[in-house]
Amino acid sequence: MTKLLELKSLYAGYDDKVILRNVDLIVNKNDFLGIIGPNGGGKTTLLKVILGLIKPFKGSIKFNNADDNLIGYLPQINTIDHKFPIPVREVVLSGLMSHKKLFGRYRNEDKEKAKGLMDQMGVLHLRDKNIGELSGGQLQRVFLCRAIISDPQILILDEPNTYVDNNFEAELYTILNQLNDHMAIIIVSHDIGTICSHVKSIACVNETLCYHDSNIINEDQLKTYNCPIDLITHGDLPHRVLKKH
Amino acid sequence: MNEIIELLNYSFFQNAMGAAILASISCGIIGTYIVARRIVFISGGITHASFGGIGIAWFLGLNPILGATVFGVLSALGIECISKKTDVRQDSVIGILWALGMALGIIFIYLTPGYAPNLLSYLFGSILTVSSLDLYLLSALCVLTILIFAFMMRPILYMAFDEDYAQTHDTPVQFLNYLMIALVALAIVLNIRVVGIILVISFLTIPQTIANMFTQDFSKMIFGAIGFGILGSLFGLFMAYKLNVPSGATIIFSFVILFIIAKLIQLSLLKLKRKAS
Repeated sequence: MTKLLELKSLYAGYDDKVILRNVDLIVNKNDFLGIIGPNGGGKTTLLKVILGLIKPFKGSIKFNNADDNLIGYLPQINTIDHKFPIPVREVVLSGLMSHKKLFGRYRNEDKEKAKGLMDQMGVLHLRDKNIGELSGGQLQRVFLCRAIISDPQILILDEPNTYVDNNFEAELYTILNQLNDHMAIIIVSHDIGTICSHVKSIACVNETLCYHDSNIINEDQLKTYNCPIDLITHGDLPHRVLKKH
Repeated sequence: MNEIIELLNYSFFQNAMGAAILASISCGIIGTYIVARRIVFISGGITHASFGGIGIAWFLGLNPILGATVFGVLSALGIECISKKTDVRQDSVIGILWALGMALGIIFIYLTPGYAPNLLSYLFGSILTVSSLDLYLLSALCVLTILIFAFMMRPILYMAFDEDYAQTHDTPVQFLNYLMIALVALAIVLNIRVVGIILVISFLTIPQTIANMFTQDFSKMIFGAIGFGILGSLFGLFMAYKLNVPSGATIIFSFVILFIIAKLIQLSLLKLKRKAS
């Protein structure tokens, strides 16, 4: 297995507040990792460290391949200004930013690639619309296009199932399973009920990180999580029945 | 009509028209960034802080616009730096600098011996008395702004839209932030001669807001804002001449009239659309 990312005894936080303590994590090629944990437990901080938005206090973070387009990122959509005057096609193209120099321009093949991807995700007809005119599900699709247009080796999704209808959620996991063939995926969610049926491994983050090499939840994990799970079992919607405990 | 043609022959009026067009171009571009990024309040803070520079330059016998430039750019960089590096809240920093600038301006103008007849022209602008130096400065600002946006429009747009994301893609976010806030300060300070401290913020927001009613595409918004800016400022200029009132105020007034007309057109277009569907 090819190692893509390694965190070793890492401490991180803001100002003088330590939020993550002694975190170890390895992400390999083709991993599908679900990160769960209570609010304020450090999920977002962990993502920010991996994305390079904040520097760790102590410990190391190592990418095994110094490639430019290592990470694709889908932020929480409620952190986005929905009234910002930017059309959908520009949002998707912005995923290719790191390939460009500061003064660089897009080539035709970049634009074709964006078109193809939007077509695949079913948002091509929206390409000239402003992002403010889109529904939650459409917006997530557009941001997913942006996240994967550079063919990243690791795709990171922050709460992709908030503000979307359940149909899109089912579709999202189908798309992610296909993507997982050629990229590692890290998904952060507070909704462990649905996330666990799709991921291959789980990390519980609550100040420290506990790694579980399967997607079965047991009593011990629930202790770390310290939070009730919501269980949905209905029609075609993603669902799972937990092991008796 | 004859009156207008006659008016166009005067060099002071040609200068004023040139200043109005140049101001519309620079404010159209930079104002679109301000409106899109929702930093109108920061821009207001920079504007008023620069009054401190005008007062000090006045006291020292220097060119007031030079003082305003130094003060405006420094306070812009200060706001950006303090709010990023410390945990003081940004709007509080702006409030402090806003008031500090005005206070310093008043103190130094009071300390300057003699009467200050031109003071009002800095508060309300005096486009009819712009000098050729003012026009050169405004032209230089336009060229600089157009060059920056022609070559770096996309990184600027992406950073303004989603700063964290831009940073994960190795965009020099910090550099661009400082560059843009300095450019905002320059646009404000150089356009103070045209419409004055109190009114300059409207040049940077009203044409953009009108353009935003009809397009939600950043680049189209820039062209729309420039167009509405030229239309409103030239109309205001003629009004000022005709009614013999301060030009800065009539320009803003015609912007607001344009805004109301545009809003009515937008509403009736919406109604038509609803009927059709």
